[in-house]
Amino acid sequence: MEALAIFKAYWIVIALVAIAGVYCLVMTRNFIRVLIGLELMTKAATLLIIVAGLAANRMALAQSLAITLIVVEVVVVSVAAGIVLSVFRLDESLDIRKSRNLKG
Amino acid sequence: MVLTIIVLALMLIAALWTVMTRGLVRAALGLAVTSIILTVLMFMLGAGLAAVFELSVCAGLITVVFVSTIAMTQPSSKSELLEKTRNRMRRYWFLPVIIVVVGAVLAWLSIGTTVSLPTPVAADATSGLDVKQVLWGLRQTDLVGQVIVILAGVFGVIVLFKERKT
Repeated sequence: MEALAIFKAYWIVIALVAIAGVYCLVMTRNFIRVLIGLELMTKAATLLIIVAGLAANRMALAQSLAITLIVVEVVVVSVAAGIVLSVFRLDESLDIRKSRNLKG
Repeated sequence: MVLTIIVLALMLIAALWTVMTRGLVRAALGLAVTSIILTVLMFMLGAGLAAVFELSVCAGLITVVFVSTIAMTQPSSKSELLEKTRNRMRRYWFLPVIIVVVGAVLAWLSIGTTVSLPTPVAADATSGLDVKQVLWGLRQTDLVGQVIVILAGVFGVIVLFKERKT
């Protein structure tokens, strides 16, 4: 019974962290904050994978999936940070609304 | 149980602080703190290897990437920054309200639910195996995918920072 209550607490916190990430993505006007919102959503997804693995007694599989997710996360953030720097060089601003020059 | 609830609450507070804080460097540090708390949670759940990856890669490497990006993008003038901060707080004060309301609704819904945990399947191919056995034995294609993703990232960064001929 106590284990079930803890799992419910995990699900609730995962949902709330994901909501915070979505809110950041939707409301921000700064490129770097968009990435931070995306990262927060990824944190929620990572915890969800681990908790689901524990609940289903497949922790090894869950860990391997989490490691894959972490690798993908790093690559996405690195490339996105490069794009942010390129946009800043072009527009001299990190404001999403001012960025209209994305042609290659 | 109390410790788990405290750590979960800390993670939520760190995530909220990350979103609502004023400076970009503070937001990046908040994200690092969220990662560290996630690492603690993963250790508590018994996912030691993934926790080490999370700590070294997400809390370490990604924070360095964020702080470098912030350092390389010049800040606005002070008056412009102050105006932006005022506008930001107007847009973000709603988030704690949403979190409290949604959290209360989810907690209320979870009290009534009688969902039981999935029954562990002892004969399943992936239960009872070590992470190394799963990663190097069962999920070899994942590793190939990871190598391809890393190469895609490397080439992406090379293309982005390539010196253009004038």
